[in-house]
Amino acid sequence: MASIFQGVGAATSLSSSTSIDTKKFHFCSRRSRSERKASFVVVRSGGAKVENRIGGRAEQLVTNAVAAKADTPTAATVSKPGHELLLFEALREGLEEEMERDARVCVMGEDVGHYGGSYKVTRGLAEKYGDLRVLDTPIAENSFTGMGIGAAMMGLRPIIEGMNMGFLLLAFNQISNNCGMLHYTSGGQFKIPVVIRGPGGVGRQLGAEHSQRLESYFQSIPGIQMVACSTPYNAKGLMKAAIRSDNPVILFEHVLLYNLKERIPDEEYVLNLEEAEMVRPGEHVTILTYSRMRYHVMQAAKTLVNKGYDPEVIDIRSLKPFDLYTIGNSIKKTHRVLIVEECMRTGGIGASLTAAITENFHDYLDAPIVCLSSQDVPTPYAGTLEEWTVVQPPQIVAAVEQLCR
Amino acid sequence: MSFSGAKIIQPLCIRYPDTPVISDQAANRITTSSPFLGSTRTLRRIQSVSAAQRRSASAIVAVADVVKEKKLKSNKNHLLTKEEGLEVYEDMILGRVFEDMCAQMYYRGKMFGFVHLYNGQEAVSSGFIKLLKKEDSVVSTYRDHVHALSKGVPARAVMSELFGKTTGCCRGQGGSMHMFSAEHNVLGGFAFIGEGIPVATGAAFTSKYKREVLKEADCDHVTLAFFGDGTANNGQFFECLNMAALWKLPIVFVVENNLWAIGMSHLRATSDPEIWKKGPAFGMPGVHVDGMDVLKVREVAKKAIGRARRGEGPTLVECETYRFRGHSLADPDELRDPAEKARYAARDPITALKKYLIESKLASEAELKAIEKKIDEVVEDAVEFANESPVPSRSQLLENVFADPKGFGIGPDGRYRCEDPKFTQGTAQV
Repeated sequence: MASIFQGVGAATSLSSSTSIDTKKFHFCSRRSRSERKASFVVVRSGGAKVENRIGGRAEQLVTNAVAAKADTPTAATVSKPGHELLLFEALREGLEEEMERDARVCVMGEDVGHYGGSYKVTRGLAEKYGDLRVLDTPIAENSFTGMGIGAAMMGLRPIIEGMNMGFLLLAFNQISNNCGMLHYTSGGQFKIPVVIRGPGGVGRQLGAEHSQRLESYFQSIPGIQMVACSTPYNAKGLMKAAIRSDNPVILFEHVLLYNLKERIPDEEYVLNLEEAEMVRPGEHVTILTYSRMRYHVMQAAKTLVNKGYDPEVIDIRSLKPFDLYTIGNSIKKTHRVLIVEECMRTGGIGASLTAAITENFHDYLDAPIVCLSSQDVPTPYAGTLEEWTVVQPPQIVAAVEQLCR
Repeated sequence: MSFSGAKIIQPLCIRYPDTPVISDQAANRITTSSPFLGSTRTLRRIQSVSAAQRRSASAIVAVADVVKEKKLKSNKNHLLTKEEGLEVYEDMILGRVFEDMCAQMYYRGKMFGFVHLYNGQEAVSSGFIKLLKKEDSVVSTYRDHVHALSKGVPARAVMSELFGKTTGCCRGQGGSMHMFSAEHNVLGGFAFIGEGIPVATGAAFTSKYKREVLKEADCDHVTLAFFGDGTANNGQFFECLNMAALWKLPIVFVVENNLWAIGMSHLRATSDPEIWKKGPAFGMPGVHVDGMDVLKVREVAKKAIGRARRGEGPTLVECETYRFRGHSLADPDELRDPAEKARYAARDPITALKKYLIESKLASEAELKAIEKKIDEVVEDAVEFANESPVPSRSQLLENVFADPKGFGIGPDGRYRCEDPKFTQGTAQV
């Protein structure tokens, strides 16, 4: 008996892989909580062959995923109005709109002004708003982060850019002690509406110190929120939301995602900082991911769908706090969880997420949670070693197969 | 963790040699002309010198002129009016009596943890802060009770905070080392040294931003950053000196050089102990002043604050001062030479001001006594208020973690956690 489930509709969503015609797949995956060893039946009728694009360097995979999106004119994209831009432009658009809207919003960081930002996120803003509003700072992360915090206490809304997230390690004192704590130790008298943002993650042979995965370092600090953007759409929306929030927010961008292209709406929109994003609804397994790994997951999803699996992919976006509602609903449906992250294995976001899921949804799980993280190693320079440091799509496919046995 | 660590284990029989704190060589060095008002100054010699000698070797020429006038015993040219004199006197007495009461309360088990008292340094706080407007900001360190009091935070609020009651200025959540007041623009209260200096720089930056970007043309708010000699070796200090001078921020960096960072003598920690010199290295005036003399501090402060208010940029002021008590109430204070302590005790700023007020006929003994009595009552009242105030209830636990409590996220039931009325008790899972 075959029935068509929601998985079919997912194929046409913007961010899922578009080169597979999933309409041809029928699934039967209804299972009750008590069925621990139920297998599912896949009935394929006249399934189309899909190119297996797995292989080659990670960056090529990412590019392919983007190209597939932009090249394949699905009904959804063509009829949608809006404008196309790259992720760093989306960030800039969001930033500029907020600076236009509120004169207290300012930017500070190294080379954000005249240079336009090391990843061009602030290009043109200094010419438009002046050198004080888009402040080129000397190389003193701890102090200019503290300066941003002091300015926030007195009413401004600064965005502090770390040229690379790794540099913010130098500002850890200010981020942990002042950013996170001052609202509390002052008894609620001062608020710190700062946004701390910058590119992080493993890039293309940038070496260990420029390829750091720092989400886990900051996650325990009470009083801050953390979000990670992954598409131009959510980059702009999260940037705006972070600026408008009265809490200190750390916005994690990824070095390799700045050139992603997407069509985003012309109308103004602000996303919710605490919500996760449903990338691809499915039935068999919940895959939780964020930032760049989203693309590795979607790449793996193509293969998985070929093999008859129906993964549900959620981009958690909010690294702290977790959106347990979206995640929980998914787990209650699929009963299997795979976490794919770029963070290190030890004490990473995945580790926290595993704990949170186990605490809240243990009864709904049919299998132990699997967490794929990058290796506990400083990112090596050599290309081959670097590739093995982060999670690659074949590993994701293998993990899903293992999980769904 | 605060820099004031656990109980310091003192080796026996170590006495600090009775040498001058600043060597003869340094004192006799040719005076460099600081760009500050184009005046020259002589670095004081800190050793047992006679009073006369001391006066002649005092700080800035500009002040020295005025001091000479003071010596002429003329009633016509006072450094301050009677009202100002009484205001400053009252403020210093408040600082001293309050801190002494803190010590008493600590040993009676009313306050806990690390408590750092300001006895002996009152001239710096009163000398500077009494010149500020309400909109000006003050940033301090863990030795912040008196800075908060001078700025106008009620004694009741500070004492309650120390007792850990909800009526404290920070609802009992900050404690001795985290005094904040949005109303009086006291921006902390920081446990790690140096941590507050960037915050002060940010407050000064906001003042400039308001004037130049937000076009609030009359915004001339000044920020004072207080910190000690130990902090003057910290990176954040230098980074902020650079940024403040670079952007001409309206800030005054006030170094309260009391010669000791817990048990570390300033001379043992610093390659060049003359901290004021570090100002010109970054492009701002560096001034050294006798921090035990409130009138001298006030004169220097007037000029530095005026400079900042006019948009001429920052100033680094090094106040030579001394703390009569140990680093904190947990410090047995065995390293400091008793002779050194005695020397400074003889220069008690409150005694000095009292003497000046009476000798220059600005105030009578009776008026000063009345002030002392009034302050005693204020502090007693503060203690009573703090005693009777309630301790925080459990529901206060998570209330102030986020300015926007949506930051606690969405729970499994789809509602924001903060919508649960019992959430702030910390019983729900985060």
